[in-house]
Amino acid sequence: MSQMTMIQAVRSALDVMMDKDPTVIILGQDVGYFGGVFRCTDGLQSKYGEHRVIDAPIAEGGIIGSAIGIGVNGLRPVAEIQFADYIYPGLDQIISELARLRYRSGGEFSSPVTIRAPCGGGIRGGQTHSQSPEALFTHLSGVKTIMPSSPYDAKGLLISAIESDDPVIFFEPKRIYNGPFDGDPNKPAVPWSKHPGGEVPDDYYSIPLGKASVVEEGNEISIITYGTMVHVAQAAVHKAGISADIIDVRSLAPLDVETLKKSVEKTGRCLITHEASRFGGYGAELVATVQEECFWHLQAPIERVAGWETPYPHAFEWDYFPAQDRIIASINKIMEAV
Amino acid sequence: MTPKSRLHIPQPSARPGEAPDFSYLALSEAGAVKRPDSSSPVSKIENLASELVRVLDDDGKAQGEWNPNLTPDQLREALRLMLLTRQFDERMQRAQRQGKISFYMQSLGEEAVSIGQGMALAPGDMMFPSYRNQGLFIMRGTSLVDLMCQCLSNTRDMCKGRQMPIMYHNKKANLFSVSGNLGTQYPHAVGWAMASAIKGEEHISSAWVGDGSTAEADFHYALTFASVYQAPVILNVVNNQWAISTFQGFAGGERRSFAARGPGLGIPGVRVDGNDLLAVYAVTQWAAERARQGGGPTLIEHVTYRGGAHSTSDDPSRYRPKNEWEAFPLGDPVKRLKQHLVNSGQWSDEQHEALKEELKEFVNEAWKESVTYGTMTEGPKLDVRVMFDDVYAEVPEHLERQRQELLALRGGSE
Repeated sequence: MSQMTMIQAVRSALDVMMDKDPTVIILGQDVGYFGGVFRCTDGLQSKYGEHRVIDAPIAEGGIIGSAIGIGVNGLRPVAEIQFADYIYPGLDQIISELARLRYRSGGEFSSPVTIRAPCGGGIRGGQTHSQSPEALFTHLSGVKTIMPSSPYDAKGLLISAIESDDPVIFFEPKRIYNGPFDGDPNKPAVPWSKHPGGEVPDDYYSIPLGKASVVEEGNEISIITYGTMVHVAQAAVHKAGISADIIDVRSLAPLDVETLKKSVEKTGRCLITHEASRFGGYGAELVATVQEECFWHLQAPIERVAGWETPYPHAFEWDYFPAQDRIIASINKIMEAV
Repeated sequence: MTPKSRLHIPQPSARPGEAPDFSYLALSEAGAVKRPDSSSPVSKIENLASELVRVLDDDGKAQGEWNPNLTPDQLREALRLMLLTRQFDERMQRAQRQGKISFYMQSLGEEAVSIGQGMALAPGDMMFPSYRNQGLFIMRGTSLVDLMCQCLSNTRDMCKGRQMPIMYHNKKANLFSVSGNLGTQYPHAVGWAMASAIKGEEHISSAWVGDGSTAEADFHYALTFASVYQAPVILNVVNNQWAISTFQGFAGGERRSFAARGPGLGIPGVRVDGNDLLAVYAVTQWAAERARQGGGPTLIEHVTYRGGAHSTSDDPSRYRPKNEWEAFPLGDPVKRLKQHLVNSGQWSDEQHEALKEELKEFVNEAWKESVTYGTMTEGPKLDVRVMFDDVYAEVPEHLERQRQELLALRGGSE
């Protein structure tokens, strides 16, 4: 057991898997000699060699497209897209090829590619280094979409993602790479060593894809969220002095409907929050699911707290970010309902 | 008058009602282009991207250094495979016209690019075909019944009813799944070749796109990756002059050959007479030898002509002269190989006609068998339950639920 940041946990997952399975290879911009702009692959090339940790040209479509071919030829590629905001040139390869290869070939061909991409804002990244494009991927049939909220989950889920014979899009919320973040940028940074989620086994372990985690239990309201917002929601709930189930979805697709259902049936109230824009966002799917599964248990309309429907602005980052005050306002609205 | 900028809209050399004009096509005499050593540096062989490698001359004689000296048996086998491909196409085209299948794409006039390259590669080499490479499937021994059943989306369909006709695959024969999205297979082939090199294997890969699809980003990604990692891959551009209604000028073929995209990235570009089976075989052999020796990728432009419509949904008489194919200076690949064999005393008109009849019968028999597995309108039907399989390696809960929901509905209505 060690104290790890999410960066170290991701690196540890890659290290464990490369050691365990010689077919695992890494491909991405700056991942090799340099070790990645966020350092997630630091030291891996010197340990496993240039043929297994490969620096790639600046061509996301090429990285993902060639990773598919590498996977078809029996290796298990982990592709890094430097920022989730840069994944779009590879969308056709993900949507039309990676997601559907097994299906279209009658189950004959498949490619077990894992695509890692740092996502989310709160790092002064402006509109091209802050996005949360997860909903684009959860809409696809044939890929799994994952977003951890702690180093412990990041390692266990990434190991499962790499082991999965299905393609996985693995989003890493970069604001919480180095420590949990409660949504208040004026407070001093908190390191992962001060958080139980920073305790990470050094060796192999896995967390199954498709299972949500109840990070805090309560009985007045269910907060359903993921990524950085898990920590923001926790802080908001504490500040509001309310007893809440806080559910970290973790696996956006496939979705653990049972855990959501059990919680909302218990509390009768539900708030959904994510960083991505609201309209057509992943929260809409969560609202629909809760409504379908728990309608007769609901005592108040479901609320959504999400990014505004604008691009992620540089100067107004903290006005855009769905912070504690907005969550508390929505909690109050839900609790005031009859 | 001061010069002004202008928007250039490429125009084909002839439209319907006009006389075909292929004067734009740069040709070399058969045998005129020298065959360099396959390990030559790119800078020394840039001529290959603008000249045209040809072996068969207009009289059907094999000329020059590129002659692969195939045995009469190999030549007859190549002819048989091309004829079989053409018979297969003819039958499937008719099946579409009869309403038995929804869609079809012939490879009429382009048979040599598939058969020639297929024969020159080793069985362990992986191919990433485009939609007009049925010849590759046929030459690697995919049963015609399997191909037909895919087009029929019937109970024996290899794709389990999930793909339009002609989107075949054959994993055992190392033929990748054909995609309906153009050019996407190019980076796959490069990745496959990279993995082969990482594993230290000698297998290479080859991929195919048309002239039109070279405009896709995937083409450029693939060339860059292939060059950067010197991947053992053969990247083929089948320049059949037409991408549905737009001539190759709309993909940027007016000023430089498609093969010339290679040298700019440090990849040899070879322009070959795509209707000359011997030349296609020879340049493939050269590129494969280069790749297996660690020399990296080669870009091959096959100059050919799309003899038929783009697909059964297309009507080329609306945008190009009806007799354009007859005027194409590189002729018909089947006729040219036949002429070569006949002239060298290895084949006769009688044998040719007999073979055609035999293949026609073979194809008809395959069709008869295929329809017993069902057509769009009659016979056994695919079980709709397979719709929910293979989305993931294992069927997840939510898809199993949806399957049951559909089955309950179907059960209720019958």
